[in-house]
Amino acid sequence: MPAFTPPPLPSDDKRWKIVNGTMRKNGFARYALIETLHTVQSSFGYLDDDAIRFVANSLRVPLSQAYGVVTFYHYFSLKPPGKHTVTICAGTACYIKGADKLVAAAEKRLGIVPGQTSKDTEISLMTARCVGACSRAPVVLFDGEVAGEVAAEHVLEQLERWAVE
Amino acid sequence: MTIEELEQIAESVRQENAKFDYEVNVCMDLACASQGSDKLRDALVKAAEASGKKVMVRRTGCMGPCSAGPLVRVDPEETLYSHVNAGHAEAIVSSLGGEPVAALQCDLNEHFDKQVRVVLENAGQIDPEKIDDYICRDGYKALMTALLEMTPNGVIHRITESGLRGRGGGGYPTGLKWSTVAKANGDLKYVVCNGDEGDPGAFMDRSVMEGDPHRVIEGMAIAAYAVGASKGFIYVRAEYPVAVARLTTALREARRRGLLGSNIGGTTFSFDVEIRLGAGAFVCGEETALIASIEGRRGTPKPRPPYPAVSGLWGKPTLLNNVETYANVAPIVRNGGKWFANMGSERSKGTKVFALTGKIANTGLIEVPLGIKLWEIIEVIGGGVPGGHTLKAIQTGGPSGGCIPADMMGLGVSYDALMAAGSIMGSGGMIVMDDTSCMVNVARFFIEFCMTESCGKCIPCRAGTAQMYTLLTRICEGTGTMEDLELLEDLCSTVKEASLCGLGQTAPNPVLSTLKYFRNEYIEHIEHKRCPAGVCNIHIPAEVLA
Repeated sequence: MPAFTPPPLPSDDKRWKIVNGTMRKNGFARYALIETLHTVQSSFGYLDDDAIRFVANSLRVPLSQAYGVVTFYHYFSLKPPGKHTVTICAGTACYIKGADKLVAAAEKRLGIVPGQTSKDTEISLMTARCVGACSRAPVVLFDGEVAGEVAAEHVLEQLERWAVE
Repeated sequence: MTIEELEQIAESVRQENAKFDYEVNVCMDLACASQGSDKLRDALVKAAEASGKKVMVRRTGCMGPCSAGPLVRVDPEETLYSHVNAGHAEAIVSSLGGEPVAALQCDLNEHFDKQVRVVLENAGQIDPEKIDDYICRDGYKALMTALLEMTPNGVIHRITESGLRGRGGGGYPTGLKWSTVAKANGDLKYVVCNGDEGDPGAFMDRSVMEGDPHRVIEGMAIAAYAVGASKGFIYVRAEYPVAVARLTTALREARRRGLLGSNIGGTTFSFDVEIRLGAGAFVCGEETALIASIEGRRGTPKPRPPYPAVSGLWGKPTLLNNVETYANVAPIVRNGGKWFANMGSERSKGTKVFALTGKIANTGLIEVPLGIKLWEIIEVIGGGVPGGHTLKAIQTGGPSGGCIPADMMGLGVSYDALMAAGSIMGSGGMIVMDDTSCMVNVARFFIEFCMTESCGKCIPCRAGTAQMYTLLTRICEGTGTMEDLELLEDLCSTVKEASLCGLGQTAPNPVLSTLKYFRNEYIEHIEHKRCPAGVCNIHIPAEVLA
């Protein structure tokens, strides 16, 4: 059997080298699929078709399997995120403390539902399955920064600040 | 590395610490960090330098009472300060050697008195990124003792004797699991740590991995020695980036100290650990799904048997335990199985960490001896329900658990008692609900969770949870009928009996337990179109009002 040559990098973008690095570190083993997809998402912000194809070919995983993995796990996103992301925790403690009101306020203000990005591609609205800061519920992540004991007004204020940027 | 060398390291840390007159410990866990404890630490370091006093400022993991955060503890006096911000740094430093800062002092003695700390013994005491801090508190002593003075069977015997049961929630006897893997045929075996803390409303495992990562690694190494494994994996949620970073540092440090790698302690035992990231799937807490995920596949469960103990990761015998289970191993090996078995109730030994959250005054992380009464947790440790509201129920076990009503607070916390009450111990989420929570809505919340998280492999879970969600939504919106309720109960038993894995089998629990204890709330919604807690948005059609 001839030695396997991984496919060439999709472009000159340096980020592909990081992706390739993850695969090389794992000896291009199939089990590195999820690990590699994490690297793609942290480098590019999301997973597009080219990326999935590249990773699948490099690891010799059927494309259907790679796509299956991407769509199975909530953490992976097939769409580019907005410039800013507001993530409202929807864990139990946050729910008990009224996280649904925060979601409703953000939905109304942005005109989108969780999982979408506003039309001007500025702001993505997400919900999270518990970020582990339950003692400060309800919790919201503004661009990854954890804020606790958040009221609907706080969310709206932050959205306003982003809007005028 | 030998036991003597460990003691030398501990001694040098003690000598280093003795150079300081005061130790100012700053909690840097997520809850405190989200309130600016990093700035606070910087301010304390600056103030300490300016004061000329011999002060060590140390960052630590979670100290426990998160609602009082950011927390600072000054040693050796053990003065605890609450709600500290960077502006208080100078006052704290200048008070050292004199009277404590009265305005910041908090009295949480009642909160701590009922607690017993085994898993959290180092929480708030050590810098999680310094292996020597851990070694200074008897860290890795248990591993060395096991390797140099005990046989693998001796270790298993000690764990069995302790009566430790799986802390992920299932409560399977840990010693029995270990001996099954030890007896399994195969020269290659794996040890896996389940750090995929999926229960929304629980953060015990995150705190342990972030605040005391070496404890988990040591537990895994001892387990590996006992069952004859040479390779370990820690599967951590991708949502816990700090835990991943701390574990990565800890693994590197442990290798540097020769506590992981080849021929540990000069013995023939070799062991190393790799981290695997989860990707946001609750079902991956199920062992066969977790294994599939480590192998890089979709996290769908498989029917058991074969159990992972016989055929797990890549078909090899695999020991799979939860973070907290591994965190209990080192103290048991160090102090003996009997010591551990002396704590707790008859069939539930030791202590359990809970994430106490919801409508309770002192939210945070607690560790209590099993058998403790629920009211002690709520009233004494938790400080009761705030805001003049009354306690309605306690939810344990997350989406697989149930709600225990307020009149059952005399219940002792144990695997069996909680199961008998229609809930489960679970991994340790404990969410307090007061009279402003609607139990039908709570049930719907959990079923929605299970519906979204169902992997879709088996029909009872995939379709059943969706139908249950529809019925519960109808009831919440005031359009439900008594027939719907009947159908719902019927579906509960189908999903429970016929689902493939734990997710589906336990998904009806939140519905069943609320139906058992709060049936009147369901009836109110259906018959009187009224939500007693005022949570559900019920629109009464005009013709009904007329």
